[in-house]
Amino acid sequence: MAVAAGTRTRAPRTLTPKTRSFLTMLAFISPWLIGFLWFFIYPTLSSLYYSLTEYNILQSAKWIGLENYADLMHDRAFWNSLGNTVYYTVISVPLNIVVAFTIAAILNRPMPARALMRTLVYVPVVVPITATAMIWMWLFNANWGMLNALLDLVGIKGPAWLGSPSWSKPSLIFMQTWLVGGSILIYLAALQDVPRSLYEAAEVDGANALHKLLNVTIPMVTPAFLFSLLTGLIGAFQVFATAWIMTNGGPVKSTEFYVYYLYMNGFRFFRMGYASAMAWLLFGLVLIVSFFTFRTSARWVYYGGQS
Amino acid sequence: MAEAQLAGNRAPGSVAKRRRRRGVIQWVGAVIPVLLAYLLGAAFFTPFFWMVSTALKFPEQTFLTPPKWIPWPPNWQNFPDALSYIPFWTYTLNTMKIAVPAVIGTILSCTLVAYGFARIKAPGRDLLFGICLSTMMVPWAVTMVPMFIMFKQLGWYGTYLPLIVPHFFGSAYYIFLFRQFFMTIPMELSDAAVVDGCSQLGILGRIILPSAKPIIVTVALFTFNGVWSDYLGPLIFITRREQYTLALGLTHFLDFQTPLWNLAMAATTVAVIPVLLMFMLAQRSFIEGITLTGVKG
Repeated sequence: MAVAAGTRTRAPRTLTPKTRSFLTMLAFISPWLIGFLWFFIYPTLSSLYYSLTEYNILQSAKWIGLENYADLMHDRAFWNSLGNTVYYTVISVPLNIVVAFTIAAILNRPMPARALMRTLVYVPVVVPITATAMIWMWLFNANWGMLNALLDLVGIKGPAWLGSPSWSKPSLIFMQTWLVGGSILIYLAALQDVPRSLYEAAEVDGANALHKLLNVTIPMVTPAFLFSLLTGLIGAFQVFATAWIMTNGGPVKSTEFYVYYLYMNGFRFFRMGYASAMAWLLFGLVLIVSFFTFRTSARWVYYGGQS
Repeated sequence: MAEAQLAGNRAPGSVAKRRRRRGVIQWVGAVIPVLLAYLLGAAFFTPFFWMVSTALKFPEQTFLTPPKWIPWPPNWQNFPDALSYIPFWTYTLNTMKIAVPAVIGTILSCTLVAYGFARIKAPGRDLLFGICLSTMMVPWAVTMVPMFIMFKQLGWYGTYLPLIVPHFFGSAYYIFLFRQFFMTIPMELSDAAVVDGCSQLGILGRIILPSAKPIIVTVALFTFNGVWSDYLGPLIFITRREQYTLALGLTHFLDFQTPLWNLAMAATTVAVIPVLLMFMLAQRSFIEGITLTGVKG
């Protein structure tokens, strides 16, 4: 803060107003600027350097060129973790968008106790992930858990959920639908912004509920779809804590996700260089997928409402 | 609904019958979404019900098939037992030691930076703001390893500093929230203050911040909730058990092959309650904060 005041008063009179305002602005944003260099640029670049070395923290880093990347290509655990992550992302992200939009559409209608219902669907988001993980471990418990007890009531023998290699990922995906409250709120806001006149015009043209949904509602909320698609993809690529707490990557490595394996390499095996190489491949993957999403978004996102 | 109406207009006939059928369709169309909404509400509440129900069970009631849905009489003893089973209050205090400075740092740094981005016209500002926003898209996993190495070299490994200090250097998301809010305050107020000889910092302190109380509350709550819930940060940077935060310490209950679920759920209930209370009290600012970031940005 002292910097901000100092720049302003000490600025020599010869400075043009433009330079002056630039320096003032720079002074105000200096906390972010320093943080950006210290906690973003420096770590990102040093991670690129470490990815080209062999480094276990105790001994100094040894330059090995692209060897880490070459090793990754032959690492079956790496491909397993990438496969698990793609499986999780490809199912979880679209599922969450559909679930969140459907819930938002239902809760968008006037009804008694609507505020309470909105609170109920949002509240899981603010629960600490540790608590969520523990509650759901217990819900999923094969013998005494609530899910299998409920299935039992309708005569279905429930699976072992987190204990089964084929059900572990679906279980985590299912749990994730409990945490779509943030997207629901964004869709609700988007639905509120759809002009009533559009629906009235559609009604005059003889549109039924389905027509209105497909031709008015969905096009008008596509910017919200793009937002939750992007944040959903980035989040899903980095799924970690739930698997770490609930399954330890198992059973039989079925929930060893990308960041999980990255974390193991960095903080369990102390292969910092190897972990950094994984981090950079992830960075590249996220960049490519985000870029691709943005590029195609021009074709399916409708910004008519904003212009 | 609309089609039924139009059809009715087109074909005059047994008007009463049509009207009755239209009434039924309308009624069904109105009731089904409401029922669905209540079902959804109940479904989302179910995990909490299971948590509290288990938290009130005696050990032998925990492992029953079919389960005892509502344990009666409730076993309140689980709560004192659970809270002494792990050093619950130490963990809570540890979490506060991080959360309080983190909230202060976030508010200080983000309001300053957002003021620069929102209220000072200068060349290059929008480019810098674009860079600031784009950092949100970068996966944290990319910087996780080098941050660990850097903080270890600084000698901060095993202290709370890696979890506190970054909060004093702004966070893109909250800078964005503040900026959006600051932009809605008329520029004329600032111009008038400049004429009166007020410095930019004075404008921020005397004009902008007093009117920004709702958004300050929102960001403070978000930050607090972020620290309270953070699992990965403490997992990487905290070494000794007596330094654990609550989010990290709760998992002690999982250290056994068959966890004591009634105690685990009692401790989880107590850990969740402050967040729920906070949310109930500040629901409006929370929801506004979220939706502000969404499509309207």
